[in-house]
Amino acid sequence: MSNKLNHSMSLASPDAKGITTKQKIALAIGFVGLIILGLALFNIDLPNLGVFLTASLVLISVGTILYANNAYLTKLEGIKNDGVWFKSISSRGIIGWLTGVGLTAFYIVLYFYPELLGMGTNGESNTGLISLFDPLSNLLSGRPASQWFVYGTLYTIAILAFGYKFILKYRHNRYQQLRTVSVMFFQLGFAFLIPEFMYVMNSDVPYYDLKNMWPLNYYNFDQYRIDAFIKTETIGLSLLALGILSIFVISPFLTYKYGKRWYCSWVCGCGGLAETAGDAFRQLSSKKVSAWKLERWLIHTVLVFSVVMTTAVVYTYLGYDPKKYWLTKDVFLISVAVFLTLVFVGVLAFKRKELGKDARYGAIGYFVVIIALIAMHFTGTTDQVFLIKAGTMRSAYGLYIGSIFSGVIGTGFYPILGNRAWCRFGCPMAAILGFQQRLFSKFRITTNGGQCISCGNCSTYCEMGIDVRSYAQKGENIVRSSCVGCGICSAVCPRGVLKLENDKLDGRINSNEVLLGNDIDLMNYVNKK
Amino acid sequence: MEHIVIIGNGISGVTAARHIRKMSDKRITIVSAETNYFFSRTALMYVYMGHMKFEHTQPYENWFWKKNKIELKNGFVSKVNHASNEVIFESGETLPYDKLIIAVGSKPNKFGWPGQDLDGVMGMYHKQDLENLEKYAPNNKVCKRAVVVGGGLIGIELAEMLHSRSIPVTFLVREDSFWNGVLPAGESGMINRHIKNHHIDLRLGVNLKEIIADENGKAKAVVIQETGEVIDCDVVGLTAGVSPNISFLKDSGIELGRGVKVNRFLETNIQNIYAIGDCAEQHEGIGLRRPIEAVWYTGRMMGETVAQTICGNRIEYKPGHWFNSAKFMDIEYQTYGWVFGQPKEYEEQFHWIHEDDTKCITVSYHKDTKQFLGINTFGIRMRHEVFDRWLNEQKDVDFVMFNLAEANFDPEFYNRYETEILSAYHNSKLQTA
Repeated sequence: MSNKLNHSMSLASPDAKGITTKQKIALAIGFVGLIILGLALFNIDLPNLGVFLTASLVLISVGTILYANNAYLTKLEGIKNDGVWFKSISSRGIIGWLTGVGLTAFYIVLYFYPELLGMGTNGESNTGLISLFDPLSNLLSGRPASQWFVYGTLYTIAILAFGYKFILKYRHNRYQQLRTVSVMFFQLGFAFLIPEFMYVMNSDVPYYDLKNMWPLNYYNFDQYRIDAFIKTETIGLSLLALGILSIFVISPFLTYKYGKRWYCSWVCGCGGLAETAGDAFRQLSSKKVSAWKLERWLIHTVLVFSVVMTTAVVYTYLGYDPKKYWLTKDVFLISVAVFLTLVFVGVLAFKRKELGKDARYGAIGYFVVIIALIAMHFTGTTDQVFLIKAGTMRSAYGLYIGSIFSGVIGTGFYPILGNRAWCRFGCPMAAILGFQQRLFSKFRITTNGGQCISCGNCSTYCEMGIDVRSYAQKGENIVRSSCVGCGICSAVCPRGVLKLENDKLDGRINSNEVLLGNDIDLMNYVNKK
Repeated sequence: MEHIVIIGNGISGVTAARHIRKMSDKRITIVSAETNYFFSRTALMYVYMGHMKFEHTQPYENWFWKKNKIELKNGFVSKVNHASNEVIFESGETLPYDKLIIAVGSKPNKFGWPGQDLDGVMGMYHKQDLENLEKYAPNNKVCKRAVVVGGGLIGIELAEMLHSRSIPVTFLVREDSFWNGVLPAGESGMINRHIKNHHIDLRLGVNLKEIIADENGKAKAVVIQETGEVIDCDVVGLTAGVSPNISFLKDSGIELGRGVKVNRFLETNIQNIYAIGDCAEQHEGIGLRRPIEAVWYTGRMMGETVAQTICGNRIEYKPGHWFNSAKFMDIEYQTYGWVFGQPKEYEEQFHWIHEDDTKCITVSYHKDTKQFLGINTFGIRMRHEVFDRWLNEQKDVDFVMFNLAEANFDPEFYNRYETEILSAYHNSKLQTA
């Protein structure tokens, strides 16, 4: 339901503002595009699939573009959040819930019942929706479409069309525009086109989205991929090297310099969708302290799960004989143990004070369990490295985390939980980058002295559910592992209080209350605990 | 255990309560008739505009108060009896205190206009005003036109609110340019144009004569003093400033002026009774400040100060350099130090305005010593900390102009204007030299 007090008691149109005629026409155009997809889905025989596919995608894009033009270009530049909490779609109203149910159903079918979309099995040709995309797939890579190609195409269209809308919405804000152009570029080029072209060049190279990195692409070190990388020699091994460099060198370096935003809100595909198509839902994330607590446990548990699972999987296909290849089962397992120990000891030695009590307990708990399991394995107490068979763990991770959490809940629940539920509660990549951002990064959101009026716009529009205001009103900088640096808190602040910055490490986290404006003696008293 | 009673749950009272709790175990009760929980008054506008729900304006979750042992009492205080150390509620109930902090804030000014108490006539200060506005101006079918009377910060906010629901607004401003008692002419003129660009019917230099009622006692039109013009409307917003909300203290024995008179320690003439925030009136203004400051930040600072005094560390209220901020529709405004709308006799001002007419700055300095006195900035964010430091160090205006980039607080990748500003500054000096 709309959240506005409705004195008219009208159920049909309680909103203060409807949409304009031009917007209605734009919506109609977009829906015609969707209806074509619907017709294909229900196996209506469409002549000349290429024409209908083009028509569908063009209509959807044009509809979105016209809608955005009318929504934003008719007004002066500035913040455009009027009526966000009155519109059904963006305030968990009926349309919001229906959209959520529809998206969720789509993801369930996509992941678990692709044959319903017309995926041809056992060498049969595609039918239905997937066959509609065959012409485009053939054009790009010379093979028929799969459900993932359909999904990838629609995903890219969504990021491009809604990216355009977002750029208009923030046409006074260059940070927002550049970052949106960046996610549009990486989605179109890196996630969509390049992998198709790579397939054309060498069809044995496994699908590789160059900007994606482990543990987000948790499957990257699966045996079949490693085999394919080795088989395709230079190109495959380069990709493997990139995969390892990404996580151990490139991302720590960039996160140190710019915070995790360089990835989460400038490059990442999940982030790209969240920031564009998901922008209308950012205000729905929970800001409760209880949600924050849940987030800390959940996201780090997923990270531990992904580390354990990947370790177990890699372990299974390595050999025993160091003469054949230097990286044996034992060498690998010991390396993992040593690496985890170094990280753990290093953090506890140098950054202990910056960790909350629950973070310390969690870290110690998980560390002890992992090391104990590895030790038990070496002493012969257990057969499997982590008690459970690697294959079982891998399928469980793929199902529960890879499909259900990141897809069905992460995106399907946009209109209910907000646009970053996966990024906030589940993404193991975000957990790693967040850990680096919190402890080893120049990035912070600076609070401008005493100018905060506690209005709450920053917290409301934080898609990660950070209670930004709770820091700003105390004059504290915001240094939170979950912050993806989208910059919207700074944009919506009516008093110019927040600024995303990369600066010196000293004084990055100022837990003292440093509200300016008061005489300095008083501030000494206030800061005396 | 000593019992601290605070009347008013706005920023002043709540800040006082939080700091007292940080420093002591005293029993604390906050009394309010307006809402159960603290909310940000400055954010009320965003609730009507649909940017936020009311709950978003509450900086603390509801469990916060119990966890920090701050008792909340919903009730309207009708009297304070300092002889018996108790406050008396409208219901007849009483609440004893050991120390009392009066932090009751303001109420909208009404200047005895005929029709000022009709239905559909309202200020924009309390949560109840918001509910009232929602009732009389839910959309542009129920409210075909609204008239806002009074060209200050609340007036322009109310105009923006109504405009967000596509309700036509006529904005009556007594002065011949918007808020020019505070803003220098160049800035005030830019805001005039910005208001008109939003298709708000801005009327400068006019006064309200009366509000006309329909047969049901609801406002249906206003009459303009100067021209006698009648403007049909469904809602009239009265936003001609605010004054301390202290009528309930009339015969309490507490010394009153326009507000509750306090000394520099925020103490009233009665022992153990203090006043802070909008309702407190200094015997004499501090520095260039006014005796009554109805500003969010000063309320917060007074809350911090009085908490020290109550916890045994009696200190003066010593505000630092003046600062403030606001947003005029789409244009943000910040000020540091003093820039006067009508320059003082010792004051020289440098004004720069960008060609797009949405950004400008005014730098004020002493015409003899060249000491930097303050800056107003529109559409460009600047750093509080930097200006606070420059004011402390009494930098001269040349230093400030040359180092303006250091103070920039705009988001990354924004266009920068320091070079343009500096060359304009040089040109202005050449002309005056």
